[in-house]
Amino acid sequence: MKRIDGRSEEEMREIEMKLDVVKRANGSASVRFGNTEAIASVYGPKGVFPKFLQEDHKSVLKVRYNMAPFSVDDRKAPGHDRRSTELSKVIRLAIEPAIFLEDFPRAGIYGFIEMLQSDGSTRVTGINALSMALATAGIPMRDLITACSVGKVDDKLVVDLNGEEDCNGQADLAFAMLPNKNLVTLLQMDGILTKEEIVKILGYARNSCKKIFELQKQTLKERYKGEE
Amino acid sequence: MKSREVVLPGEELEERKGRKLGNGVYFEGDKIFSKVLGMPRIDENEISVTALSGTYTPRVGDKIVGVIDTTEISGWSVDINSPYMAFLPISEAVDEFVDRDRTDLTRYFDVGDIIFCRVSKVTKNMVVQVSMDDYSARKLINGTIVKVTPTKIPRIIGKAGSMVTLIKNKTGCDITSGQNGVVWIRGEEKSKAIEAILMIDRDSHTVGLTEKIEKFLG
Repeated sequence: MKRIDGRSEEEMREIEMKLDVVKRANGSASVRFGNTEAIASVYGPKGVFPKFLQEDHKSVLKVRYNMAPFSVDDRKAPGHDRRSTELSKVIRLAIEPAIFLEDFPRAGIYGFIEMLQSDGSTRVTGINALSMALATAGIPMRDLITACSVGKVDDKLVVDLNGEEDCNGQADLAFAMLPNKNLVTLLQMDGILTKEEIVKILGYARNSCKKIFELQKQTLKERYKGEE
Repeated sequence: MKSREVVLPGEELEERKGRKLGNGVYFEGDKIFSKVLGMPRIDENEISVTALSGTYTPRVGDKIVGVIDTTEISGWSVDINSPYMAFLPISEAVDEFVDRDRTDLTRYFDVGDIIFCRVSKVTKNMVVQVSMDDYSARKLINGTIVKVTPTKIPRIIGKAGSMVTLIKNKTGCDITSGQNGVVWIRGEEKSKAIEAILMIDRDSHTVGLTEKIEKFLG
């Protein structure tokens, strides 16, 4: 039995990645997984204001995740809410380990993720975009960050959940990793899975991240092809 | 040996084999990885990656173009196109004796003045000091500034100054480039010069750039 949109278990939605979508930012990227689309922009390293928030020996990373009011079926009231505050923190914790914060003491790196369209798996789409935006901004990193969602829907273990699967499924797990280093930086789940299911689904997550990483690599390398 | 393909953060380069590590790389054991999105430079002596974008990290000895931001008690704060502000002390800016209690410092440098100076001190916590005590240091009168990626400045200057001389000749402008990515331009056709410089900043990674700039300048 196929999934709601006809995909097989390990099949991801159509993925599209673009760079330099925010001209004034130091770095920017947009990533689309099916109907979920995120724009990420990076500013910095730059001064930290208010000054008391700066750290003597390293930069501070600030991430703001926000959903545009038109990104969902029922208009989402603009501004902070608890969910976006949590996701901002979760995304920051997923990205931070990759960045050489010590390279810029007393500075700040600012990442903004704006969801233009939300149809499930928004935080991982945002992470994929922010990762490329950081790279194009010239921020020194140990590795890129690649993320995907996995879960259980209609008793099947699946990859890349859309909105419906996210709402009505049995489990939904957000996963992010440093692809070259093979280190996991985000593992967040909603729902119930057995130990065997978790082991299997993490395998799916790693495989999917490998494929997404190839696309990130391709997008970045294509953009800067032909340097002398 | 220069590679033609851009490398990504976390991408593995060659093994260290006792070579010096330049900018833009880090090591884990004997393996060297790129820290930034940029062009690798690998030869028998050194491994480094030149970033294709990024802010300016001040280094002692750099010759830079700065803009006076505020006048302090014993000097000036200078915007050097970096996450860090620099400080220009009176002693490093003025030859004569200055009585701080009686003198209005703005007679020497005022907010908005553009200066070509040298980075004289950079502490571990990135407290930066600049100095006008250098044969080439001076106030840059009139003109305007444009900011580019600092790592593109060598490309804008060109081999033995060939690129910047081309722009100067074709537009009749005075041009001074700072290692901090700030370029000062003065002249009638400065918009044309600015556009050429921004073109180099944007397309520095493409082949045939010199011909493209020549064609644009006419």
